[in-house]
Amino acid sequence: MRVPERTAAVLAWARRNLFSSPLNALLTLLGLWLLWLVVPPLLQWLWLQADFVGSSREDCRGDGACWVFVRVHLDQFLYGFYPPAERWRVNLGIALLLVPALPLLIPPLRRFRRVWLLALLAYPPVAWWLFHGGLGLSVVDTGLWGGLFLTLVIAATGMAAALPLGLLLALGRRSRLPVVRATATVFIEFWRGVPLITVLFMASVMLPLFLPSGLSLDKLLRALIGVALFAGAYMAEVIRGGLQGVPAGQYEAAQALGLSYWQQMRLVIVPQALRMVVPGIVNVFIALFKETSLVLIIGLFDLLGVVQAAVTNPDWLGFVLEGYVFAAAVFWAFCYGMSRISRRLERRPDMKAQEQQEMA
Amino acid sequence: MTEQTTAVRFEHVDKWFGQLHVLQDINLEVARGERIVICGPSGSGKSTLIRCCNGLEPYQRGRIVVNGIELTENRRTVEQVRRQVGMVFQQFNLFPHLTVLENCTLAPIWVRKMPRAEAEELAMEYLRRVRIPDKAHSYPGQLSGGQQQRVAIARALCMQPRIMLFDEPTSALDPEMISEVLDAMVELAESGMTMLCVTHEMGFAREVADRIVFMDGGRIVEQSPTAQFFAAPQTERARQFLGQILAR
Repeated sequence: MRVPERTAAVLAWARRNLFSSPLNALLTLLGLWLLWLVVPPLLQWLWLQADFVGSSREDCRGDGACWVFVRVHLDQFLYGFYPPAERWRVNLGIALLLVPALPLLIPPLRRFRRVWLLALLAYPPVAWWLFHGGLGLSVVDTGLWGGLFLTLVIAATGMAAALPLGLLLALGRRSRLPVVRATATVFIEFWRGVPLITVLFMASVMLPLFLPSGLSLDKLLRALIGVALFAGAYMAEVIRGGLQGVPAGQYEAAQALGLSYWQQMRLVIVPQALRMVVPGIVNVFIALFKETSLVLIIGLFDLLGVVQAAVTNPDWLGFVLEGYVFAAAVFWAFCYGMSRISRRLERRPDMKAQEQQEMA
Repeated sequence: MTEQTTAVRFEHVDKWFGQLHVLQDINLEVARGERIVICGPSGSGKSTLIRCCNGLEPYQRGRIVVNGIELTENRRTVEQVRRQVGMVFQQFNLFPHLTVLENCTLAPIWVRKMPRAEAEELAMEYLRRVRIPDKAHSYPGQLSGGQQQRVAIARALCMQPRIMLFDEPTSALDPEMISEVLDAMVELAESGMTMLCVTHEMGFAREVADRIVFMDGGRIVEQSPTAQFFAAPQTERARQFLGQILAR
């Protein structure tokens, strides 16, 4: 008789793990009670009593969430005020990001290093051309960019700039040359000491005062520069931690082989340092991704900004919860995705080599 | 000895770590093809001495000439010397993020600008010589200590150095792995390589060394031909040291 056996096994497991002592039993019951309090109403609201179809607020009849609100505004949430006829450019631009990412996903492609590097370097100008226009494409002013698209642009630019900038700053801070060291230190401490909000305010309000009249920098561009420098300073400290974690013997072995300073860094030290601080780097990336929503205060509408604008739309008052839950879900999905990628990177065999050697 | 036959020459070299006078008036001349074992109690400055030979440690007074090139603060000359001098460390110091083969080809490709295929061929040849060609595509973390140290020897040899430095190459090894590393070193010595070894392996010293340099307190206390050093050490300090180390 199979079934009773299995039941018995489940009971035994529960007894061992959930009811091993009176206190454990009490905690288990308390936990179950809390779940019973929270989960059913949540499900009711999110799904069972929610409305999914329709095109106006009249279709919101149930007691649960009205996802019609999100559905109606979805394009706006994704693209902001980007002209609908040009949105294919955004889609294409984001899809193109897969090209430089291919070698990361398919390891055998890593051999074609030059092609990959070229794709990586070519991506930003190509993306800028697609998104902004010019040269045959109609120009879409950056003021119209918004929603998840803008969030991705700011976050991706910040990340792409933070890594090399942080690396240079970290190396600078460990340099033997006093001037280089002092410059890097002052830069890092300045940007780390200032809140991002202040950086964005300065970028949008103060910077134009210092620029010669007639020369005006795009508002988005100013924000991007601010975010990049800010993230770069944080990244520098994370990477410096990694550089300090590389054993002195590695520096000596690299020197003894006759490698020059930059060869030592590029081939031996930095690859190890970066591998060591993958979790820290991803942490900065995740923080940066979420902090992009601060650009709202200088009048740029990222995902959260667009959602906020939609919930105050007089035709759709009363759907605050739906809007924020949606925004939170999107942010969470991206951040969780990054943390998964980080975990996968850490598990790669050449990434783990260091630990094994220490154990040996 | 003339410049043509001298591999390494120390002339009145002094070095301080802060207040500590770690090398005191070092005079040493090593001929091409000569095999020197440097021994002495810990803290006697023997590792520091050997690390001065390829500029890993700066020195404050005197002159060090390696293969006719005077080691100065100048980065160019230091790099030039390092291209001709291989070094093997106590802790192996293999690059953990690279495979064994990549460890061996790194410097030939980047420093000597050798084509990758040629560098790999060369690396395989040296890996065969240290009897570890089957591990070429493993990562250092997957090898035993003895295997790692043999790879480290192959890596240094891939730069085809004129001189090899060994800084206590067997001190971090489990006893059963010492002989595989020593065998590789003996073989290297038989090929005529100029070698400077800091080691406590007196059996190896006796078998291979032409000359023993005995250090204590930052000074070279005694340097004599191997047989003579073991049979009749001239200084009381060396006699004591030998008594201790051979009694083990």
